[in-house]
Amino acid sequence: MTTQKKNPFWALFSSVKLALFLLFILAATSIIGTVVQQNKPPQFYVEVYGPNLARLMQTLSIPDMYNSWWFMILLALFSLNLIVCSLERIPNAWRLVTMDNLATAPERLQKMGMRKAVPVQGTVSESVEKTASFLADKGWKTDRRDLENGTLLFSQKGGWTRFGVYVVHSSILIILLGAIIGSPRLANSLLGNPLFAFKGGVNIPETQQTDVIYSFLTQKPLPLGFTVRCDSFDIHYYPNGMVKDYVSILTVLENGQEVLTKKVVVNEPLIYNGITFYQSSYQPYQDFILTVKSEETGLTTTDLVPYAKQVTWKEGGARFGIINMERRGEAVSRFKIWFTDDQGEPAKFWLQPGRKAVIERPSGTYTLSAKQLYATGLQVAKDPGVWWVYIGCGLMLVGLVIAFFMSHRKIWALIREEDGKVTVLFAGSANKNKLGFEKTFTDLVEGME
Amino acid sequence: MNSSLFFGITTLAYLFASVFYIALFVFKNRKIGPVGTALTILGTLTLTIAIGFRWYESYQIGIGHAPLTNMYESLVFFAWCIGLFYLFMEYKYKNKVIGAFVLPFAFAAMAYASFAKGINQEISPLVPALQSNWLIAHVVTCFIGYGAFAMAAGLGIMYLLKKSAVDKKLPANTLLGSLPDLRFIDDMTYKTIVFGFLWLSAGIITGAIWANEAWGTYWSWDPKETWSIITWFIYALTLHARFTRGWGGTRIAWLAIIGFASVIFTYFGVNFVLSGLHSYGSN
Ligand code: HEM
Repeated sequence: MTTQKKNPFWALFSSVKLALFLLFILAATSIIGTVVQQNKPPQFYVEVYGPNLARLMQTLSIPDMYNSWWFMILLALFSLNLIVCSLERIPNAWRLVTMDNLATAPERLQKMGMRKAVPVQGTVSESVEKTASFLADKGWKTDRRDLENGTLLFSQKGGWTRFGVYVVHSSILIILLGAIIGSPRLANSLLGNPLFAFKGGVNIPETQQTDVIYSFLTQKPLPLGFTVRCDSFDIHYYPNGMVKDYVSILTVLENGQEVLTKKVVVNEPLIYNGITFYQSSYQPYQDFILTVKSEETGLTTTDLVPYAKQVTWKEGGARFGIINMERRGEAVSRFKIWFTDDQGEPAKFWLQPGRKAVIERPSGTYTLSAKQLYATGLQVAKDPGVWWVYIGCGLMLVGLVIAFFMSHRKIWALIREEDGKVTVLFAGSANKNKLGFEKTFTDLVEGME
Repeated sequence: MNSSLFFGITTLAYLFASVFYIALFVFKNRKIGPVGTALTILGTLTLTIAIGFRWYESYQIGIGHAPLTNMYESLVFFAWCIGLFYLFMEYKYKNKVIGAFVLPFAFAAMAYASFAKGINQEISPLVPALQSNWLIAHVVTCFIGYGAFAMAAGLGIMYLLKKSAVDKKLPANTLLGSLPDLRFIDDMTYKTIVFGFLWLSAGIITGAIWANEAWGTYWSWDPKETWSIITWFIYALTLHARFTRGWGGTRIAWLAIIGFASVIFTYFGVNFVLSGLHSYGSN
């Protein structure tokens, strides 16, 4: 350790001053990206900040500062600081946990902040047994060692809690590691394998399918290795007109075989082969899916019907189309159907998406249903690092509880005979929450008296 | 009868509790103290009822969800956390003067929720992104943390006042001199920050998990997320300065105040000054 201490690199990175400095710099620089809008086109910055300032900003990667070289360097320094600082201290923590407390000199016990001498009846060896069994009853199992003029008992609890700090510190590193593993940039540039980790999106019109998605990073198509079909997309509303749910029914196909169908809504993604599909947007079309069934013949047709275009259904002997519509936002709330079997006046009526209409015609009865055509907008991600991040988060919480609320507590009892009188000298120490332990200690000693 | 009646009672109770605690501090009349405590208990109880009532009402109108989903509801929950946390501290440390520095925060949160323009008090159904249990966990953990940080900031202010009294050698029977011992305030500030830090960490984590469930990205550096991590850095710095470099007293008091300013900015500033994913909170 002494040789390492001379190494200026080690000395710098084992210092807590550097940690305070880095925490401050991270906090301060992070503000920039919340004030300057991120990831806008270059023109935006020229318009808002003028050409000179904009050029400076581009040089410093301010428009994408959380991915910039200097922010990465800050995070790297932070990690290095954390590693070196912890490595420097773990041996000491280990020593504190494994040290031989029975070797503590009686003079030191007499100087401890928490101590109390209790005179007792009987011989030293009787008192040793009595004290040991009393402490054991209270949950403090003791070790003992005979000294020149007495016996020392010792018991400790929570030595392992001294490592709580290092659980917290490692958890931060594990989270950062998870972020690195899951980074699309690194998968692209370092691994040269954009399929290892990516974020992207795809729009799939209803009834259509895709086997590629488009990377947000490179805008290039990425092959999924399987096919995803959008069976349907729907918007559900509350009575007051607010959107309640965006619902896609997605089917996964492998080599043309359906393997899985799932309802996907916001907060309930589809996960397949480590790739997750999130409901993120939708796109309405001016086209409709019309289904018509002839009740007489049992024939059915489902057609993609563009707005104001007539469809001729030869087998069913009918022609139909959509001649008018009403919208709520971009979504069509109802539309007007035109339907004829070329016998008498054509039928014209309003219909809501998802509802069925029964049409009585001279040539027989038809049922008709229609809905607007949508494309579902999916965000697609593969993040092999996310479990590292989650494990890191879990460890952080556990570590914080240990580091903040648990302590390493020690109790000594020195039983000695002096001038014919036997006394038990109790002494205690705790590395944290001293007040709380003082209470435990006092209660213990009073119980013994 | 509906929940708004109880919210109103709470706002008044917290107002008068603040007045009584401040009177206790100013006039040092010990008889006033228990009135403040009684009012705080009353306010916190009615607030509990009000929140429960609002929850029930949301089911009555068929859109049932925990009342933790918009600016109004989170402010109210914030006030509740402050009230509860303060009562716990008062009970544990048997000191009522602190109330003069903490209850005003609880009152401010209630008053702001009730009277500020642009805060929608209606119970509205949840848009799709907010329909997640992680949202509930996120709001609860964050605001327990924020409640603690409000308390820590109150203690920080108290510390600075007492310090000025000590520096001027004011006797103990003066206004500022009568505040609790510096070491006691300092210790409480630290403990409160430790507690808040744990919950803030949990709040950031549950928020990240929620984002990942909804959008496939646990961290996207949007302004709200960034400000929450800035707050986290500030408190991490405060704690390390304290237990590894032995900072204490005035510096920690200032850091408690700065940290809480950062909390407030995360909470309001981002909605009103900056823009981002969380801007739903602005309605
Ligand atoms: C560069 C970054 C950091 C460095 C160098 C650093 C260093 C240290 C050191 C030297 C200690 C004292 C350990 C001891 O008892 O001997 C400590 C304690 C601790 N650190 Fe860090 N730390 C860093 C960042 C963080 C962060 C970001 C957190 C956030 C959770 C954190 C949480 C803790 C906790 C909870 C303790 C224990 C506190 C206690 O003993 O009560 N550290 N750190």
